[in-house]
Amino acid sequence: MSHHIVAVKHLQHVYADGTVALQDVNFTIHHGESVAIIGANGAGKSTLLLHLNGYLIPTAGEIRIGDFPLTKKTLPEIRRTVGMVFQDPDDQLFMPTVFDDVAFGPFNLGLPVDEVKQRVRDVLEQVGAAHLQEKPPYHLSGGEKKRVAIATVLSMSPDILVMDEPTSGLDPFARRQLIGLLKDFQHTRIFTSHDLDMVLELCQRTIILHQGVVKADGPTREIFGNEALLAECRLEKPLSMQGCPVCGKGK
Amino acid sequence: MRSIDGAVLDLKRLDLLATGDSSIHRLDARAKVLTTFVFIVSVVSFNRYEFTALFPFFIYPVVIASLANLPGGYIIRKISMVIPFAFVVGMLNPLFDRALFFHLGPFAVTGGWISCASIIIRTVLTVGAAVILVAVTGFLSVCQALERLGTPRTFTVQLLFLYRYIFVLTEEGARASRARELRSCGRKGLGLASFGSLIGHLLIRTWLRAERIHMAMLARGFTGEFHSRQVSGFGWRELFYVAGWSALFVALRLENGAQWLGGLVTGLLS
Ligand SMILES: Nc1ncnc2c1ncn2[C@@H]1O[C@H](COP(=O)(O)OP(=O)(O)O)[C@@H](O)[C@H]1O
Ligand SMILES: [Mg+2]
Repeated sequence: MSHHIVAVKHLQHVYADGTVALQDVNFTIHHGESVAIIGANGAGKSTLLLHLNGYLIPTAGEIRIGDFPLTKKTLPEIRRTVGMVFQDPDDQLFMPTVFDDVAFGPFNLGLPVDEVKQRVRDVLEQVGAAHLQEKPPYHLSGGEKKRVAIATVLSMSPDILVMDEPTSGLDPFARRQLIGLLKDFQHTRIFTSHDLDMVLELCQRTIILHQGVVKADGPTREIFGNEALLAECRLEKPLSMQGCPVCGKGK
Repeated sequence: MRSIDGAVLDLKRLDLLATGDSSIHRLDARAKVLTTFVFIVSVVSFNRYEFTALFPFFIYPVVIASLANLPGGYIIRKISMVIPFAFVVGMLNPLFDRALFFHLGPFAVTGGWISCASIIIRTVLTVGAAVILVAVTGFLSVCQALERLGTPRTFTVQLLFLYRYIFVLTEEGARASRARELRSCGRKGLGLASFGSLIGHLLIRTWLRAERIHMAMLARGFTGEFHSRQVSGFGWRELFYVAGWSALFVALRLENGAQWLGGLVTGLLS
C-alpha cells in the first residue's frame, strides 16, 4: 500500500517576513505508522503540517504523498487522502449546524445525499457527538468543538490523518476519549503535541523538530529516555516516565 | 462591541431558524427567492407619495412567518433595527418638499412627510421580506437558488463568503475589545492610540482567520460549489406558490388594495 507513504525531502520554508520556520526537514512515514512530531513553541511543527496537504508551498524541497509529488495537479487527490485537523477548531467549523459542517466534505466528494447522511451519523457516533447534530458549532464547548472538528475530517475517510495538537484544551475525560478514538484509527497518523504522555501511548515513533530541523527521529521510548537531547530541545520527559514525586520510586 | 457580538449571534439564530421544518421550509428555495423578488419589486415600484396602498402588502410577511412558525418578536426586533437608517434616508424630505397634501386636525401634512413615511414603510416591508426569506431558507440555500436561477457562481460564492466574514470579523472584534477592556482596568478614556492599533490588529486577525477557514474548506475538497442536504425540485407546489403570491402582489400594486377594501366595506354597509 505504497500510497499512504508520506515522504518529506529537504523541505525548507521561509515566511514572507523572512522567518525561516523550516530549514531542512527530511523523513519518511510508512503506511499505518503513528508518528508524533514534537518540539518547543515555534519549532516549526504547525508550519510542517501545513505543507502536508499543500496549504503552504515549500520554499525548497519536495513532499510526496503516496506515489505523487505534491503539485498543483495532484492537490485535489492529495487533499482527499490527507485529512487535516487544525489546532483551533473554530477555524474548522464554519457551517450553520454541526450536521452541515460534517457533511461539507462528503458533499464535495460528490457523494449522494443519503450516503452523506449515513456517513455523518456514523462519524458523529464514532466521536461521541451524535447528540450535537443540529446544534450550531459556535455554541459548543471546547472539547465538543474538537470532537466535531475531528468528525468533519473522518467523514471524508482519509488515508492519512494529520492533527495539530489534538489534546490541547481538552478536559481529562475528553482527552481520554480522543486517545481511544485515535488508537482505533487504522491508517497513518501524524500528530504534533505537547502532551507527551499521549505521545507515549499512541505513537511508536517520534520526530523532534528543533529550530527548523529534525533533531531526532526514532522509537518514542528511546527518545524520551535521552534526557540530554530533550533538555537541548526544551522538552521534558513525560510524567509517566518520571520518578514518582510522592513515593520516590522510579518507574 | 459586546452588543455587536450579540447582534451577530442573533443573525446566526436567523440561519438556525432555517433548519426548521414546515410547509414553507420545505418549498424549493428558488420559489421563495422568486416570490421575494416579485414582492420587493412591487413594493419598491410605487411612486414616492404612495402610502396607504403599501399596507395590504404586510399580509405576505405575516402569513409566511406564521405558517413557518417563526418567533414573531425576534423577527420584529430584527426588522426594527433598520428603521433608524430608513429614517435618516427620508429625514430631509419634509424640509425640501413642503407641498401641502391635507390637514390632519391642526397639522399640515406635506408631501415630504408622506414620502418620508413611505420610505420607512417600504424599508420595513422589503427588509422584512428578506429577513423572512433567510429565516425560512437559510443563507446558503438562498445563494444556491440564486445560482440555479442563473446568477454567476463567482457572484454567489462571493456573497456567501461576505456573509461568513461578517461573523469572523465580529468574533475577532469581540475578542479584541474584551482583551482591551480587561487590561484597561475599568478606566474610561482608553486612548485613541490603543484604539487605532486595535483596529489594525483586528483587520489582520480577521484576514488571517478568514484565510485559515478558507484553508479548512479547501482541505475538505471545496471547489466553489455549495451543496445542501435538502433535495428539492421545482414542482407544482412551487409553481402555485410563486404564481399565487405574484398575482396578489401585482394586483395590489395596480389596484389600491386599501381603497378597494374600504370600498368593499362601505359598499356592504350602504
Ligand atoms: N504567517 C507567518 N508569518 C511569519 N512567521 C510565521 C508565520 N507563522 C509562523 N511563523 C513563525 O514560524 C516559526 C514556526 O512557527 P510554527 O510552525 O507555528 O511553530 P510551532 O507550531 O512549532 O509552535 C515561529 O518562529 C513563528 O513565529
Ligand atoms: Mg503550532
